[in-house]
Amino acid sequence: MKLTGLQIFKLLPNKNCKECGFQTCLAFAMKLAAKQAKIDACPYASPEAKETLGAAAAPPIRLVTIGMGERAVRIGEELVMFRHEKAFFHKTALAPQVDDLMGREEILARLREVCAFSVARAGENLLLDLVAIKEKSGAPEKFAQTVKFTAEQCLLPLVLVSKRSACMRAALESVGSSRPLLWGADGNNADEMAALAKEFACPLVIEGEGVEALAQMACRAAEKGVDDLVLCPVSSGAAGRLRDFTLLRRHALSRSLRGSGYPLIMSASSKGYEGAVAAVGGICKYASVIVLEDPAPWTYFPLLTLRQGIYTDPQKPLQVKPGVYIIGDAGGNAPLLVTTNFSLTYFMVSSEVEASEIPSRLLIVDAEGQSVLTAWAAGKFNAEVIAKAVVAQELAASVPHKRIIIPGYVAMISGDLEDKLPGWNVMVGPQESADIPAYLKEVWARATA
Amino acid sequence: MNSSSVRKIRIGNTPADGGTRASSIEVGGESCLPYHQFEGIMPCKPVIAWEIPDVRPDDWCETVKDPYRELLGDPVGWARYVVEKHGARIICLDLRGARLDKENRSAAASVELLRGLLKDVKVPLIIKGPGPGQKQNEVIAACAEAAQGERCLLASAVGEEYKTLVAAAIAYGHLVVAESPIDVNLCKQLNILISDLSFPSDRIVIDPLTGGLGYGLEYTYSVMERIRLQALSGDAMMQMPFINFVGGEVWKAKEVKMPAAKEPMWGNERERGVLWEVATAVSLLYAGAGILVMRHPAAIAVVEKTIENLMKNG
Repeated sequence: MKLTGLQIFKLLPNKNCKECGFQTCLAFAMKLAAKQAKIDACPYASPEAKETLGAAAAPPIRLVTIGMGERAVRIGEELVMFRHEKAFFHKTALAPQVDDLMGREEILARLREVCAFSVARAGENLLLDLVAIKEKSGAPEKFAQTVKFTAEQCLLPLVLVSKRSACMRAALESVGSSRPLLWGADGNNADEMAALAKEFACPLVIEGEGVEALAQMACRAAEKGVDDLVLCPVSSGAAGRLRDFTLLRRHALSRSLRGSGYPLIMSASSKGYEGAVAAVGGICKYASVIVLEDPAPWTYFPLLTLRQGIYTDPQKPLQVKPGVYIIGDAGGNAPLLVTTNFSLTYFMVSSEVEASEIPSRLLIVDAEGQSVLTAWAAGKFNAEVIAKAVVAQELAASVPHKRIIIPGYVAMISGDLEDKLPGWNVMVGPQESADIPAYLKEVWARATA
Repeated sequence: MNSSSVRKIRIGNTPADGGTRASSIEVGGESCLPYHQFEGIMPCKPVIAWEIPDVRPDDWCETVKDPYRELLGDPVGWARYVVEKHGARIICLDLRGARLDKENRSAAASVELLRGLLKDVKVPLIIKGPGPGQKQNEVIAACAEAAQGERCLLASAVGEEYKTLVAAAIAYGHLVVAESPIDVNLCKQLNILISDLSFPSDRIVIDPLTGGLGYGLEYTYSVMERIRLQALSGDAMMQMPFINFVGGEVWKAKEVKMPAAKEPMWGNERERGVLWEVATAVSLLYAGAGILVMRHPAAIAVVEKTIENLMKNG
């Protein structure tokens, strides 16, 4: 919660000693409110004043780091309930799970899928983030062995899942220095788990039923010196999870419940579609970590694509830069297609041209970021606009075949465009970008044979 | 109804209301964000409309054609099948065959098909025209007349051309879908323009324009959240339920078609494709979708179950 200058002033000693460098305590308070001064400059500030001001300056949701080095995962520090209000920042980390009752071969197979997973999409490499290891055996030695084996095979940061502090300690003896996330503390083991988290300097999951009770447990862990916490409300069903995650996020952002200002974790326990559906809910609504207990490899790509979308910056303009885009090794004989600079239009058309495996040139016209039909209706994508772009890009010189393919939705401008571009042959392409590969392979190939 | 709730709309007239549908469907009515039943009411659960094309959909990919093999060129049989075998509660008849670039079927042919469908299949109907242009107006006007009194949902009133469709809905007692291009202000403007024709607001459904997963889904998602927040804060011209045409957007993406043999990392294409439709639909549920138009039976079954789970008071 942001404090006003007057609220801060009431916390100051009101001595007007000037030792902070300002004439009066009130002037200093105003500077503090504007974040142009630090409370440390006042030698007489009470510990309470320092704590209040410190808490007000801290982000409403704590930034928590899992793991170390290049693949360390940062979660938390979110600022809004809805992505359109600003953006979601630290994307949901996905953690496929193995357990200590699985055979070595089975574990290896899953780790290979997880660690090797990488799909390039829209300028980003989609990767999985964490590996969770669940203790099911009840045997510290067995859990420790599985954890050690997993850590040797896979460089991703770990989530250690066990409620038994003896098992957790055994695992931490081998991987404790790599900052795994410990899941974790509940009503029965809170003190022992907090002690382990403190000893090994690891972030800790606090699990509990009821939003208020959970926040209280978090406060107790923080008092014991564990600052990096992740909360797991125990909820019933999808609706209960949505309620608890929403309430915790709200409390955290409005600072209305002490102990709520931490990132949230959940588990998608079902197999196949149902597990993926739970993860979709978590990505949309406030989960910072999702453990995928029994993941199928075909769920990774759709889930990471969704995460990429939800976590892009919605303020980013929807336009791409007008100009000529070269796709593949496009020489003089390559087809030339034209469309608008609406980023989704561009993305769909270019990905289909790419899929056709026919090197092409794509002329992107400035249509003020509108889609083909909308731009045409608004007079932003007509024969005149396209002809101008062709001339400005000097395409007559670089396109010897003088053929230009227009979107099927603006077939009606083809005559007009031929009038405005003497010597050019205007070809009408398909309406839907999905039909571009077939069009290039058949119609274009026939026309230029 | 509370002045800051979403309007409740009803599709389909039973004999009691002067139609021939065996049931009708209500959506909307919620006074809270989607599934926030801990702080408001959500009286109607979202519904899934099964998309049935009027002509053989040769451009559909194999994964989504497979479950319907012998039915592909037989829309009435297809509709009967999804109602009887899958418990479909509402059908979306897609009159794509009337498009100039498809088979350019006549309005008369569309009407004949519609009559057959109304006779054989008794669930409420969404009638989706061939898209903007003169053909849309002819086809929708003729179908609206043929389905007089059935309280169908006509799709879509879009841009400058909303008047013909709205006039048909007024004359023959239907509802309209108002489509705007992922834009809060254009959405509101179209709702106002349609209301200015004395068309009742509880017969309008908003199509915010749907982007499939990976193709602008997040824009649709956020525009729906913004529209819904305005609706709940009392803006009457934003208080209509949403419809999302999910199937058509999802199943044309290369991500659902690519065989795993070519992109092993992407995983099994059948399950990946179904999940692509599921993930798109479920995200939109969280943003407030009221009607989801979908294609694959496996995807529809998963989303139905998801709706049940979200509607349970957690």
